[in-house]
Amino acid sequence: MNVIFDIAVIGGGNMGCGAAIRLAEGGMRTIILEQGDIGQGASGVNAGTLSLQIKRVKLMPYAIKGHEEWQNMGAEVGFHKTGGYTLAFNDREAELLYERMTLKKEAGANISFVSDKELIEKEPALARKVVAASYCGDDGYANSLLSGQYYRKKIKQSGISFLEKFKVIQIRENSDGFEISSGGQTVVAKRLLLACGGWMKDIAAMIGADLPINARINTVSVTERAPRLLNSIIGHATGLLTMKQKENGTVLIGGGWQGKGTPEQGRGNVSLETLIPNLQLAKFALPKLSKIRIVRSWTGFEANVPDFYPLAGRLANKENVFVLGCVRGGYTIGPYISKLMGDYILGRQPEMPLFDPSRDFK
Amino acid sequence: MDLLLKERTMYDVIVLGAGPAGANAALEAADNGLKTLLLDEQKVAGGQVWRAKSKSILKAPSTEASEKGDELRTKINQSAIEVKFNSRVWHIEKQDDDTWLMASDAEQLTAKALIIATGSQERIIPTQGWTLPGVIGLGGATVLFKEHMMVPGRRTVVAGNGPLVFLVASEIIRLKGTVAAVVSLNNRIDWLKALPSMLSNPSLAWQGFKWIFKLYKMRVPVFWQHGINKIEGKEKVEGVTVIKVDHNWHKSDQAEQYIPAESVCYGHGLMPAIEATRLAGADHHYDELLGGWVPTIDKYGRTSVSNLYACGDNAGILGVSVAPMRGRMAALAVLEDLTGKKHNKKDLKIFDKAKKIGLAATALSIPRSGLQSFITKDTEVCRCECISRREIEHEIKTGALSPNAVKSGTRCGMGPCGGRYCSESLALITQHISKKTRSEIGLSTARSPLRPVALDDISNEIDYDKLPIPGVSPL
Repeated sequence: MNVIFDIAVIGGGNMGCGAAIRLAEGGMRTIILEQGDIGQGASGVNAGTLSLQIKRVKLMPYAIKGHEEWQNMGAEVGFHKTGGYTLAFNDREAELLYERMTLKKEAGANISFVSDKELIEKEPALARKVVAASYCGDDGYANSLLSGQYYRKKIKQSGISFLEKFKVIQIRENSDGFEISSGGQTVVAKRLLLACGGWMKDIAAMIGADLPINARINTVSVTERAPRLLNSIIGHATGLLTMKQKENGTVLIGGGWQGKGTPEQGRGNVSLETLIPNLQLAKFALPKLSKIRIVRSWTGFEANVPDFYPLAGRLANKENVFVLGCVRGGYTIGPYISKLMGDYILGRQPEMPLFDPSRDFK
Repeated sequence: MDLLLKERTMYDVIVLGAGPAGANAALEAADNGLKTLLLDEQKVAGGQVWRAKSKSILKAPSTEASEKGDELRTKINQSAIEVKFNSRVWHIEKQDDDTWLMASDAEQLTAKALIIATGSQERIIPTQGWTLPGVIGLGGATVLFKEHMMVPGRRTVVAGNGPLVFLVASEIIRLKGTVAAVVSLNNRIDWLKALPSMLSNPSLAWQGFKWIFKLYKMRVPVFWQHGINKIEGKEKVEGVTVIKVDHNWHKSDQAEQYIPAESVCYGHGLMPAIEATRLAGADHHYDELLGGWVPTIDKYGRTSVSNLYACGDNAGILGVSVAPMRGRMAALAVLEDLTGKKHNKKDLKIFDKAKKIGLAATALSIPRSGLQSFITKDTEVCRCECISRREIEHEIKTGALSPNAVKSGTRCGMGPCGGRYCSESLALITQHISKKTRSEIGLSTARSPLRPVALDDISNEIDYDKLPIPGVSPL
């Protein structure tokens, strides 16, 4: 390939594809390099929760915009606006719930506190042990399994080149820009956007940048098809449980319980030590799950920096290198923040401020 | 957490699977003083091949398989092996100290070394009508024979490829059933080619030809180089149409023939059951001579992961004649790795010779690329999620070239069977469209549980306040 691309996006998940589409619309000749399949990393294996109740206060405006994006993507990504309840099972959790949801409400989320009676009426299968609950009518979920299918189609329509199974092993800077090599193939581009989630630290290191990234490894489980047990998405005051029952009857159970492994070693592994309490918590909240079978449990990586705010901007001392990742609630916010990122690279003024990756993280 | 604080025994070795390979691995390990636990999901040892007769037919005459199984079961009873049957291992995990943690229902088991001997599984490539009641796999049929001495139906068509076709047909006759026809994808030349290597074990080769001879004597029609084009019937099997295939087993355009029947036994050979070694993190590679994807092992069964061993058909289909030896060799490797005790390497030569016979039999079972032509556009490939070939092809043609990508887009393989039955068909279809090799296509990610498990079966009731709830997420 003798083409010199205007920009190479490393990482073909929601972030990378979203930004690439914006960049291509802005006239840049764009290529996406993905080590696996499009949309099959964290974008394709997360629990698909779209909940304002679990978003950070400062990121709420981005999350609200993110919800709009998902709503627009609609059926193609399996979007469902079901409303969502967050539950507290003891006084400590109730206090936490009240304190946190009040702040999130002030930040613009449409959250209210609900009575026992209303909760039981709407979600009769939940355990009658709830002490307090909050509700957000904007909450829902999308089907993360469809990320790959969706974005593959969109990037093709936008005329974006993409290479799958392209695992970057070396990046060299030269007068044209960057030579990105997978061992077998080399791609040349004037600019780089790193949007490779849990793998960002290693890729950034290839161009001499040291980003303080840690990868969390979240566990998700799914049950066989079950009779209707839930109508809304369910959360927990501590954030340690998410549940939703998809249209086909399967129940997805998440909550960020930590598995084992690192991005360098592969896709990570489920750990019994955290899987069991995760499932016990789910069973506690929804007793009818007891007789339902778990069909699969898996893990996905979520990258974080010490302040748990996104990396979205230009790298210091690297005129043509941009990073996008570490967005807490990245599945929800991704389709929006990736557009902002695209605008920034195109030299436009983004609608909302980005997050300098070279900031002081202390 | 109280669940994990429970005292657990640290075994030297846990053997997963009590067939000929696994049981012999356990015997060798225990005889050498290793603290050994043998697990199997069945009620007794013996695996599929040396399966015990069910209690209701104990008085029925013994067969070679039931006798060998009885002998093995006696040896296990007399040994120091601890056994757990009816055990459902659903999770395998390497711990930080390099030992193994496994979950069997709510029970947690730990060991320094793990030998996987999970055997083989059937390969069934769909054809029109394959989901009708009255259709069973060849392997499933042998379970009926061995455990219950039952035949599948009054008039049975036996079809597919490999030696199992003729074994199943001759067993049906032995049990006084009627074989309407044998439909073999292999032709006579395939069998003649396998003969020289099989003759190094004359009894085995003789057995194969005895089966075929018996069928001819009983005047059972044998359709060589034919496949089942369609299984017909409204609510259950009423008959099949058979069609000639070319050298690659692609359907020919010759006229079909109709055979009335009440049941169909069919399958396309055996493949290694690799879920457990994959979940444990071992490297695997594709080797069609060994039956498909196999863990990459040394001659003793050491995998790419420390303290993880594989023996028996799950490490490559070589059959029962070498399985006990493979089991013993794996146990000796464990012994050497755990204690430094060297052992006699003479075994290897005997093994190499025996391996040839196994490979010859497996050669008849290797599915050829034309088999994909039997999966018509409307044929259901994934039974759990009702996904047709048409949907799968659409997904592949729009760019989903890996099993993970097709799964995500279509849900093919996402049902309770975990893709156990459809992954092979999916790979054949992908190969047909993309022209990639099986190695390039790869496998979907292996995950727990190995079998679906109910939440109640794996987690006890909890005291909410004792749940180990980590710190809350940042505000």
